[in-house]
Amino acid sequence: MTTPAAPAPQPLPTPAPPVNPETQEFWAATAQGRLLVKQCADCDSLIWYPRAICPQCGSLHTDWLQVSGRGRIYSYSVNYRGEGAYQAAAPFVLAYVELDEGPRVMTNIVEADGADLAVDLPVEVVFHDTGDGAALPRFRPLRS
Amino acid sequence: MSIRGKAYIAGAYEHPERKIPNKSISQVHAEVAVGALADAGLALSDVDAYFCAGDAPGFGPISMADYLGLTKLTYTDSTETGGSSYVAHVGHAAAAIAEGKCRVALITLAGLPRSQPVPRPSASSLAPEAGFEQPFGPTTVSMYALAARRHMHEYGTTSAQLAAIKVAASEHAQHNPHAMLPKPVTVAEVLDSPMISDPLHRLDCCVISDGGGALVVVAPEIAAALPRQTVKVLGHGESPKLTSGGRIDLTHTGAVWSGPRAFEEAGVTPGDVDYASIYDSFTITVLQTIEDLGFCEKGKGGAFVADGALVAPDGRLPFNTDGGGLCNNHPVNRGGMTKVIEAVRQLRGEANAPVQVPDCGIAVVNGNGGSLGTRSAAATLILGREDA
Repeated sequence: MTTPAAPAPQPLPTPAPPVNPETQEFWAATAQGRLLVKQCADCDSLIWYPRAICPQCGSLHTDWLQVSGRGRIYSYSVNYRGEGAYQAAAPFVLAYVELDEGPRVMTNIVEADGADLAVDLPVEVVFHDTGDGAALPRFRPLRS
Repeated sequence: MSIRGKAYIAGAYEHPERKIPNKSISQVHAEVAVGALADAGLALSDVDAYFCAGDAPGFGPISMADYLGLTKLTYTDSTETGGSSYVAHVGHAAAAIAEGKCRVALITLAGLPRSQPVPRPSASSLAPEAGFEQPFGPTTVSMYALAARRHMHEYGTTSAQLAAIKVAASEHAQHNPHAMLPKPVTVAEVLDSPMISDPLHRLDCCVISDGGGALVVVAPEIAAALPRQTVKVLGHGESPKLTSGGRIDLTHTGAVWSGPRAFEEAGVTPGDVDYASIYDSFTITVLQTIEDLGFCEKGKGGAFVADGALVAPDGRLPFNTDGGGLCNNHPVNRGGMTKVIEAVRQLRGEANAPVQVPDCGIAVVNGNGGSLGTRSAAATLILGREDA
């Protein structure tokens, strides 16, 4: 393999997520360093991405649940060709992390060299402030 | 109700150009529409059903129907499932014909992403998932890379095995005078090409091209009266594959559901298939689809493709004999249309001679739209020679 030569990557951008009444509480929690998922009040399923309906049973009764912020890498890719705001940040790591509680969430792996990553590597959440009342939940290799 | 034998593909046309700097998108829709109708021996005035997807400029099917002068429409459909749309449209057209809603259905695809690049329409910020995916910078390649990595982890699939898929496509493309990349490549060349999003290299990715294609699907009595050999629609299945509330599985496509439905309707099995058109947005798309359609056990796709199984005319499963999206053409980043067109060529015995499958009687076509890294939609067709 040849890896494209590129200038030193810039820090990952922190684009503000679209926030609406259905997701406002999630993003407000991220600004406080808390990671929430939804849980169905009827069938107890955990739900990701957060939404008002349970896609497992169709219930409209769902509650917020704070999770540990720990998990393992389910899959990852070192992307050498970012687009838009991410163009200057390449190479960077796109990943799915499987939370200890179960849901698989799309995210970035940070504070790590791509060559040191592996599926199943334990990770923990870090929050990157968007400057807009929300923070992006990204993950780094577990330190403790 | 089954659509088996209730409709026939009578016309198919692939735009010959791969870079079209001086035409509008609508104009290319018109050229492929007229081309497919001429291939069928029909005219725009015969069309009573029109099908298009998100590449059609304007308002659903209405702008193009107006532009083309389709004044006799009794049926329209603008099902949008990305690259699988046109595979689904054939099934929808066959069902509508079987119900007596129409008799001559026109399906068109066209676009100019190479000559007139526009920013890729990112998922709308109103999409319910937008805040939980877009801020992390996913690109098309990197999301398929996530699927490839997980498949490698679970089943031991290798980059060299994925490369074998590109190699087979390139062997076919050398016989296609219109192919964008007509030069055969080796596994080593694929592995040496620049890494785009690990583990996918540049040569694991399809081309970006201008162009388009069109199909004409007709009722049996019309097929019987036409001079050209037609292709019988035997079966159709489709299925979205979703993220399942946080339970996404990156190792399979929706073809695990669409495939069996199509085979059952057609009354055939994977063992009966002579030729396969499989959407090849990336090499991993083909690998997962081959497993999902039942050509080998789940997880054994790497071994299946590594020994030349996909190379026409003598491989166990000759595939994408036009060179596919990996080498020939990938108009508007939507591969389903050209997949149907090459299957029609094979069943008519009109593929490029060195890659024509002898006595080709049954073909499978699989399209996939959306992203294997998040949510996608598969559509599968089983097609047969006119006398199937």
